[in-house]
Amino acid sequence: MSANSTNENTHEVTAVSADTTASAGAPRAAITVGAPTAAERVALARHPGRPGTAEIVEALFSDFFEQKGDRSSTDDPSIMGGIALFHGVPVTVLGHRKGSNIEERVEMNFGMPSPEGYRKAQRIMRAAEKFGRPIITFVDTPGAYPGLEAEEHGQGEAIARTIELMSALTVPTIAVITGEGGSGGALALAVGNRVLMLENAVYSVLSPEGFASILWKDASRADEACEVMKLTAADLLSLGVIDAVVPEPEGGAHENPQALYQVLDTYLTRELARVTKMSRTAVAEDRYRKFRAMGAAAVKRGRA
Amino acid sequence: MSGILAERRRRLLALKKLRGGAPAVEAERRTCPGCGRPLVEEELVANQRVCPYCGFHFAMPARERLALVLDDGSFRELDRNLVSKNPLDFPGYPEKLRDLQKKTDLADTLVTATGKIGGARVAVAALDTRFLMGSMGAVVGEKLTRLIERAARQHLPLIVFSASGGARMQEGIISLMQMAKTSAAIERFSTRGGLFISVLTHPTTGGVTASFASLGDIMLAEPGALVGFAGPRVIEQTIGEKLPDGFQSAEFQMEHGFIDAVVPRARIRRTLIRLLALHGKGGAEYVR
Repeated sequence: MSANSTNENTHEVTAVSADTTASAGAPRAAITVGAPTAAERVALARHPGRPGTAEIVEALFSDFFEQKGDRSSTDDPSIMGGIALFHGVPVTVLGHRKGSNIEERVEMNFGMPSPEGYRKAQRIMRAAEKFGRPIITFVDTPGAYPGLEAEEHGQGEAIARTIELMSALTVPTIAVITGEGGSGGALALAVGNRVLMLENAVYSVLSPEGFASILWKDASRADEACEVMKLTAADLLSLGVIDAVVPEPEGGAHENPQALYQVLDTYLTRELARVTKMSRTAVAEDRYRKFRAMGAAAVKRGRA
Repeated sequence: MSGILAERRRRLLALKKLRGGAPAVEAERRTCPGCGRPLVEEELVANQRVCPYCGFHFAMPARERLALVLDDGSFRELDRNLVSKNPLDFPGYPEKLRDLQKKTDLADTLVTATGKIGGARVAVAALDTRFLMGSMGAVVGEKLTRLIERAARQHLPLIVFSASGGARMQEGIISLMQMAKTSAAIERFSTRGGLFISVLTHPTTGGVTASFASLGDIMLAEPGALVGFAGPRVIEQTIGEKLPDGFQSAEFQMEHGFIDAVVPRARIRRTLIRLLALHGKGGAEYVR
């Protein structure tokens, strides 16, 4: 977050190229000339200059009030949450935070939350449910932290309870996969009525390195793993895992963050209008049906 | 004690007859990883696959597991022939599935059923580590969700024996989505007053730990079972040191507040009968 940027009306972005504005209404196809490979998209999704949750919240929302702490023992800064206005409407925002310089990255554990981070997300979601605020999440994590203390504090339980809670909220939830959507640690914030994904973001069951290591006992085959994992936005759209792809500026979001914010604002405005029309019961039912259907077409009766 | 053993053996033999063949039992001797003593496979099976010397709990095939806790003759399997369509077109996966289907007499790793425990009707499921390490893909997610929804409809308590390496790599993101699908189904079942007893057996890790398996009203585990989110190897690589002995064991998880009781296999049926009775009138019945 730059020191000189303002919190007010920053979604009124002016420095946008005519080309991007024109494409804001509908997803364009992935960059046609030399479209990035899946492995290249993984690199783009991890690019250090890529706008993170803090930058996106700064740019698209106003009057952000950060809610810190899990109300039990600590505050995990790798998950950021709070209340903000989106075009004047109070919403809850939540997201993984990686940090924008080395000090921040260390403090935020490179975007890998602890169980306390997920418990903080839970209490922020409960507050949103209580006050009827839609929740918009920004997903960008290599995964939940696989450390000693994280295990002692119940990383699995924390993620499971967050998924369970988010699945049943009666306020609308919109998830945006903005960078790396790594494993259960990403899914915990991605149980959305609508799930959007930036064009160069990736979303997968595990990092390509971890995948190659488990399946082929060889982490150096990560690039190969990228190709078979179906982790790109286009792949996930065709699999029905996500609902829309948000186009990025030429070369990736880091090349022109302002252009990205403009397009993302348009998408969020549209999606929010769609989900806020539903009654609260319908919102929960809509989300249940959406996730209930995941993988239902991937099974058949066959011989055992 | 010998009476109980004879009863188990009788039940197992009945199960064998029912399936028209022997379970995955090799005639050879094996060594107990717990105490190093040689064991005769048949005796091990008759002792519920628990080492008679040191109490080491060996892995248990899913149908055998369910036969051990259910009342005789009450086992009714559901969705027995549901198989994966290889949603990501993962190379070599269908062949791998067919091979395991031949070897194990399972269509996928999860067996779901209704039955009775101590006379009470229940919905039960068990994962089987012989089939791709009990990993959760679309078949596991769909079968389990159907079972949970049936349990909700019919007001049955739900008991799930987990044993899993986590998500099914070959089904990638579809596997990840099963975490949301099953957790959402548990949430609905639970909100309507359903009782879910989650039994964690060796090993329960990854996406299974981070979804339905951690959402039990009652959390039980078998002695010595590895229970955790990240696998020990991944944690060691992350922190750059060896893990202390007993890290992520069932006993460790109980000490850290995530498990109500560590229950030896020989006592699991009695424990379930007791818990079902304790959740009877005044509990789950009252809520609905």
